[in-house]
Amino acid sequence: MTAVIGTSGSGKSTLLRMLLGLEWPDSGRILVDGEELSRAGRLTVRHRIGYVIQDGGLFPHLRIRDNLALLPQHLRWQKARIETRARELLELMQLPRDILERYPEELSGGQRQRVAVMRALMTDPPALLMDEPLGALDPLVRFELQQRLQELFKVLAKTVVLVTHDLAEAAYLAPRLVLMQAGHIVQDGSAGDFVQRPSNDFVRRFVAAYRSSERMLHV
Amino acid sequence: MSVRREWLSLLGLLCAGSCVAADIGARIGSKNFTESVILAEALRLDAQRRGLTVEHRRAMGGSAILWQALRQGSIDAYPEYTGTLTQELMRGLPTSATHAELAQALHGLGLGVSASMGFEDRYALGVTIPVSERLQLRSMSDLRSHPGLRFAFSNEFMSRADGWPGLRAAYGLQPASVKGVEHSLAYRALASGAAEVIDLYTTDAEIQSYGVRVLTDDRHFFPTYEAVWLYRLDSAQRVPNLLASISDLEGRISESQMQRMNALVQIQRRDESAVAAEFLATQFATAAAAGSNPPKKQSSTGLAGRVRTRTIEHLELVSLSLGLAMLLGLPLGVAAARLPQLGRWVLGAAVVLQTVPSLAMLVFMIPLFGIGARPAIATLFLYSLLPIVRNTLTGLTSIPSRLQESAASLGLPWQVRLLRVEVPLAARTIIAGISTAAVINVGTATLGALIGAGGYGEPILTGIRLNDLPLILEGAIPAAGLALLVMAVFQVLEHLLTPRGLRPSFDG
Repeated sequence: MTAVIGTSGSGKSTLLRMLLGLEWPDSGRILVDGEELSRAGRLTVRHRIGYVIQDGGLFPHLRIRDNLALLPQHLRWQKARIETRARELLELMQLPRDILERYPEELSGGQRQRVAVMRALMTDPPALLMDEPLGALDPLVRFELQQRLQELFKVLAKTVVLVTHDLAEAAYLAPRLVLMQAGHIVQDGSAGDFVQRPSNDFVRRFVAAYRSSERMLHV
Repeated sequence: MSVRREWLSLLGLLCAGSCVAADIGARIGSKNFTESVILAEALRLDAQRRGLTVEHRRAMGGSAILWQALRQGSIDAYPEYTGTLTQELMRGLPTSATHAELAQALHGLGLGVSASMGFEDRYALGVTIPVSERLQLRSMSDLRSHPGLRFAFSNEFMSRADGWPGLRAAYGLQPASVKGVEHSLAYRALASGAAEVIDLYTTDAEIQSYGVRVLTDDRHFFPTYEAVWLYRLDSAQRVPNLLASISDLEGRISESQMQRMNALVQIQRRDESAVAAEFLATQFATAAAAGSNPPKKQSSTGLAGRVRTRTIEHLELVSLSLGLAMLLGLPLGVAAARLPQLGRWVLGAAVVLQTVPSLAMLVFMIPLFGIGARPAIATLFLYSLLPIVRNTLTGLTSIPSRLQESAASLGLPWQVRLLRVEVPLAARTIIAGISTAAVINVGTATLGALIGAGGYGEPILTGIRLNDLPLILEGAIPAAGLALLVMAVFQVLEHLLTPRGLRPSFDG
């Protein structure tokens, strides 16, 4: 469970996209489970990685049921197996069952993100990549989902990489934090390390800026 | 027509050229003006008298279309004028070529030419008698001193070397206003005062009825235009009776007889067949009854039957061309969306095709497909490509990138992404493109009548030629109705094929 943080444009999202073979590095290699990612192998790699983006990326023309079933169907899962898995995840994400018949448009932002997480977990991939999954939600819903995700990660015990610009969210959800700046990793460690042993001035300022915005609440 | 027959026709289209109908003794064609239709009817009836079944494709179009059709073998003969041959169709020949020289040159192309039918139908310019009196206009040279006169010329005359461009140079005319009109509308333009000088044929019926003065060609610009038959030499061997009938008509028709026959059709609204039959009856002892073998669509059925037949023909043109365009256009659109480089070329080619005037396109198609429905379908097919390719391309490329990526990140191969995600998301735009193509096709298909494809264009073109408004409406109203119907059908289709989650009326 790792959280990647950093300012916008620092390369956090690109990092995730490269892991999926959606973008390719100018130099160097990408290793997934010790194997080099290739154009030929990227589809199978994607089957082993769930991916959740900011607004969910649900397909508006498909009911939630069909959104969830898209990949399992392609992998030739039986209908009953898809249904069982969907219900399992509904429970895990605390969503009502009738939501399966709805279209994405009919859901709230929070519900859509829960469905997006469900879709990423349908085939039970060993890894989950999340790119600002809570970025577009209002604070209350966001808080609720943060708790939901924390429990989820505990239960699932998967490799998770979470991209967020919110230091507190990162610290809350992940024991390991990675701070990026201009395409480079500037610090890799626990939240405590970031506060007590910043590796350079940028880390210090990043943490300080976050704190001062928190302090505004204590006026 | 059943779906199965449609597919058979489709196959027929693909083997075009190699498949030739064999049930007809001979086929002849006529140009899209009354005299040509009467002459061809006379030939048909005379051949019938000799026991030969001849199919007459009426009013197929201008000289270029008939010439192409003859050379390609879609027709065996048609009435032509020597001047058109020397000036337009065989430009290598001198204007002064004798009949023998003409025959020799045509022989090299596998074509034969008859002796004159007995009259000349040359081009001339005409003005109304009052204008001629007022301005003292007698000859074409007199026009030079009145550059303010408004000229209206038939489109063919405007562009032929032996028409306006040559005439203008020969007489040094510099009129302020020259407009192109359909020949059958020129006299009306003259009568209404919309134009003061028009081109005409010296056998036109309207010269008498409209009170037109024919200006003399004092510089002898216009070459002679003897009416002759052009025929294929191989047809002359295959159906010798056709050649015999062509000889029957040589030297038989005087200019005044031709003018009178034209007037019977144009002014008294008689049927061309009947007029031709009466003429033959005066010439030959055995009377050829026009009614014994009536042209199929003219008199045998009532209005409803005619409209029904044409609707079927029209729908056949539109649906087959649209079907083919979808078969090619949809995959091309998909390929263009995936490969932007290819997309630019495909789109560019489709745009170029779109700019080719439909009449020109039809002429190009004759050497490839002959005449009838095939060249019309091929033309409509090419016109349908642009809206279908473009909308498919636009529909696919305007899908939000986060959705495209969302599909990609699931690990779905591109075929699955295309069918389950991209095509449904682009469905509305794609259907709109197909609908645009269909509506344009319904309109453009009326031009198919120019090359014997039938459809609603047939009464429209005949109506224009005969100045018969009800006949024009007989084609125009169903055509407009069909266009609206097609649009409505596609709107329903669009609604049905748009996934519920994407419909505009959708409220969560």
